[in-house]
Amino acid sequence: MAGLDEGTPLFGQVAERLAAEIADGGLAEGERVPSTNELAAYYRINPATAAKGISLLADDGLLEKRRGIGMFVAAGARRRLLAQRREQFAERYVRPLLTEATRLGIDGGELIALIKECGREQFTDTPGGVTV
Amino acid sequence: MTTAISVAGLTRRYRDQVALDDVSVEIAAGSITGLLGRNGAGKTTLLRILAGQEFPSSGSVSVLGGPPAENDHVLRRMVFVREDQAYPDIKVCHALRATSWFYPNWDAGLADSLLADFGLPPGKAIKKLSRGMRSALGIVIGLAARAEVTLFDEPYAGLDAVARQVFYDRLLADYAECPRTILLSTHLIDEAAALFESVVVIDQGRVVLAAAADGLRGVATTVSGPVLAVDEFTAGRPVWNRRRLGSQASVVTVGQLDADRRARARSLGLDLAPLTLQQLVVHAAGWPAAPEAVNLEGTNA
Repeated sequence: MAGLDEGTPLFGQVAERLAAEIADGGLAEGERVPSTNELAAYYRINPATAAKGISLLADDGLLEKRRGIGMFVAAGARRRLLAQRREQFAERYVRPLLTEATRLGIDGGELIALIKECGREQFTDTPGGVTV
Repeated sequence: MTTAISVAGLTRRYRDQVALDDVSVEIAAGSITGLLGRNGAGKTTLLRILAGQEFPSSGSVSVLGGPPAENDHVLRRMVFVREDQAYPDIKVCHALRATSWFYPNWDAGLADSLLADFGLPPGKAIKKLSRGMRSALGIVIGLAARAEVTLFDEPYAGLDAVARQVFYDRLLADYAECPRTILLSTHLIDEAAALFESVVVIDQGRVVLAAAADGLRGVATTVSGPVLAVDEFTAGRPVWNRRRLGSQASVVTVGQLDADRRARARSLGLDLAPLTLQQLVVHAAGWPAAPEAVNLEGTNA
């Protein structure tokens, strides 16, 4: 089970991995997605599990089947996935940050100063990076 | 679903001991199923009966549409690799050739490449092989037979982690190429879990769980954090196991958690960890907890 987490359904993790790859541009729109058997061999999982992961994305319209050839990344998939991630950003990153900050007694002003400081360190050389 | 193996009301008694107690289970054709349970739970007895090597005291068994015992039509389409299989005093290559005569779909090329993968010398006498290499020979036979029904009973005694990974990889690769019904009994649940499409858990001769493997993940969750928060979060929910250390508690709670419950756990500062298949089997079969868990248990007044 190369690099997959314990616990959450495996087919969901396969779908997440593929979605992340599409969102990051590793799998371009119109490109062929690895087959069920290729995914099964790579992640060392049951092929039926891999197939379920693929069909999760296909049902969502992110992948499309071309008869006799395989599954391909659908047009507009990347844009939709990035929009989804944007929506989840607050829930997945900001809220846990605030919870931990509260636990440690870091107040709002201090937190914003910290974010600015980290932003300067991380993004000084990154064109198009976050400026705060 | 087409059924490859069907067992109904199966009981096997040895004098006053009940090895299998009213077992009913169906295995889908073309699936890889894990047969899980403690030593002595009845896994081997069930597999031996499926392979026609033992007779039920009562109940019915059907493999590929017929009873397996003394049924050549079924037996030639089925291979059974048992733990610590005994072999006659011959060389590895002779054992493979003799086996190939019996199985119509025998793949000699596959057998050769598996021998190479396991580093098993074909010219060596079987009685001079180590325990692990004898297990490897059983695996080679089980896969190269390419039988419609393939039964593996703890096939890797003495095999190290690297060789077991070879087994898992080759099993998946060959299954992809030639799908068939595979039933694998193992106590190395965590390392084999991802291979299974479904699992059957046996405890004390009874089937305690038979389900799709993917549906089992997320069925139970370990909730841990400050005692008061854990108690609040798990109040009114079924709980399997409760441990406490100082002001921290860890509780296994049963049932799926929706997004609201997860958000609630986060705001309470609780950690949520889904149970692995191995942990789930431990609880489902009512197995004794691991020793380190026993030490912590009972401190929760």
